Amino acid sequence: MNSFASRFIASSAENEIRQAKAMAEEEGLTDAMWGSDAGFGSLVTGHAFNVPAVPDPSAFLRLHTDDHADPNCKIKIQHGTTTLAFRYKGGVIVAVDSRATAGSYIASGTVKKVIEINPYLLGTMAGGAADCQYWETYLGIQCRLHELRNKERISVSAASKYLSNLVYSYKGMGLSMGTMICGWDKTGPAVFYVDSDGTRLKGDLFSVGSGSTFAYGVLDQGYSWDMSDEEAQELGRRSIYAAGHRDAFSGNTINLYHVQEDGWKFIGNYDVTKMHYEGPGPDVPGAPVGGYGYDVRTHGRFSVLPTAVPA
Amino acid sequence: MECSFALTGKDYVLVAADTTSARSIIKMKIDEDKIKTLSPHLLMAYSGEPGDTVQFAEYIERNIRLYHIRNLYPLRPQSAAAWIRRSLAESLRSRHPYSVNLLVGGFDTADQSPHLYWIDYLGTMATVPYAAHGYGSYFASSLLDRYHNPDGTLEEGLATLRRAIDETSKRLIVAPGKYMVKVVDKDGIREIEL
Repeated sequence: MNSFASRFIASSAENEIRQAKAMAEEEGLTDAMWGSDAGFGSLVTGHAFNVPAVPDPSAFLRLHTDDHADPNCKIKIQHGTTTLAFRYKGGVIVAVDSRATAGSYIASGTVKKVIEINPYLLGTMAGGAADCQYWETYLGIQCRLHELRNKERISVSAASKYLSNLVYSYKGMGLSMGTMICGWDKTGPAVFYVDSDGTRLKGDLFSVGSGSTFAYGVLDQGYSWDMSDEEAQELGRRSIYAAGHRDAFSGNTINLYHVQEDGWKFIGNYDVTKMHYEGPGPDVPGAPVGGYGYDVRTHGRFSVLPTAVPA
Repeated sequence: MECSFALTGKDYVLVAADTTSARSIIKMKIDEDKIKTLSPHLLMAYSGEPGDTVQFAEYIERNIRLYHIRNLYPLRPQSAAAWIRRSLAESLRSRHPYSVNLLVGGFDTADQSPHLYWIDYLGTMATVPYAAHGYGSYFASSLLDRYHNPDGTLEEGLATLRRAIDETSKRLIVAPGKYMVKVVDKDGIREIEL
């Protein structure tokens, strides 16, 4: 009787969830599957997510996570970030910061914002950390399946389109991600920008996140297609430093990757404060002598002559 | 902000759309082609909600192509525009409506006539001699009322289009920097450098 009545009084969303739960129980989906398959156990029956039992799930999510509207909201989602990727004759440079903030609190300074999808593909993380990590790992699974089915590596274009179609199918449900899918395929180096609006853009140079404007300022001015590998790596590092210095929600350390014909390579992790005062050091190719910081860089140079001190 | 313009002349339709794709205050790309070639004599400029635009345009592009493959002749501009409008109107009452504004310009090879349609995201369609979408329309509409010549040459049409774009650049604070211009006439479709 109860189930008969509830079928008519409950909202359609509630009904869908109830049906999904019933289906999962029938097919013996257990919690163990979440542990044993790195959280992707639900792949067996396609995706099944728990959605709040209200008519508009994204409005519900916004109500509890939007700290612009309500600074006292219970859940704060990781937002501030600076990430960049650019294409040049020697491959792709990917550079990111490592700060995670929740409101005005620095939740972590050691976040890995480059997601290693496979040896030839990198994804960057901006927006919701969980959304990026989950869906880019999922993308990695699908890329491997493509490889097994077609005996050929997936192109960067196809991989990024898979992701953009996937997030587009969740449009309006509160996903938040701004990512660059970078790699090397038959066509050479490639960078695609994909975000949770469903936008997908092919391009040479992108920067995403709260610090992206600061990174663009340095990146656009220093960019050229014919850079050497050393110059390119230095430009990526210098641009993230600029954002880490000016944007309160970016900083701590820089992670630098280089993608070439034989796949990606991790170049290094650099402390932003150390870059400010000392620079990457003499053993790093392409780096200037001394720190990136304005006062450090211009030390001992004045636009006004020092006033003569009377004897 | 996104702007698109189109105008008809003697046996041709000119379609122009800006080439920037922006996210909040940042230009993410400055050479994006937002005018799709739907068939040998049919163009469609699209603008609106990011994500929706490309998804909808590709859906239209492929279905118009499918019609061409199945029937060995393309859909005429009048019919294509009606079908595109209907697709938008049906989407409007769905769970996730497409927020896409369109300018559809074509040359009907059956009776050798140019056609232009203004379509908005609500599924409104108007047959027009000239059209615009976006903030540019506030400047271009009155300008085209004054300067458009329905039987002007291609050169005259391009001059009028340049007038509309220049006026938009002059008065609109968020004017786009670059436009892509395409023309469709009896010889088909080609891109024109303004």
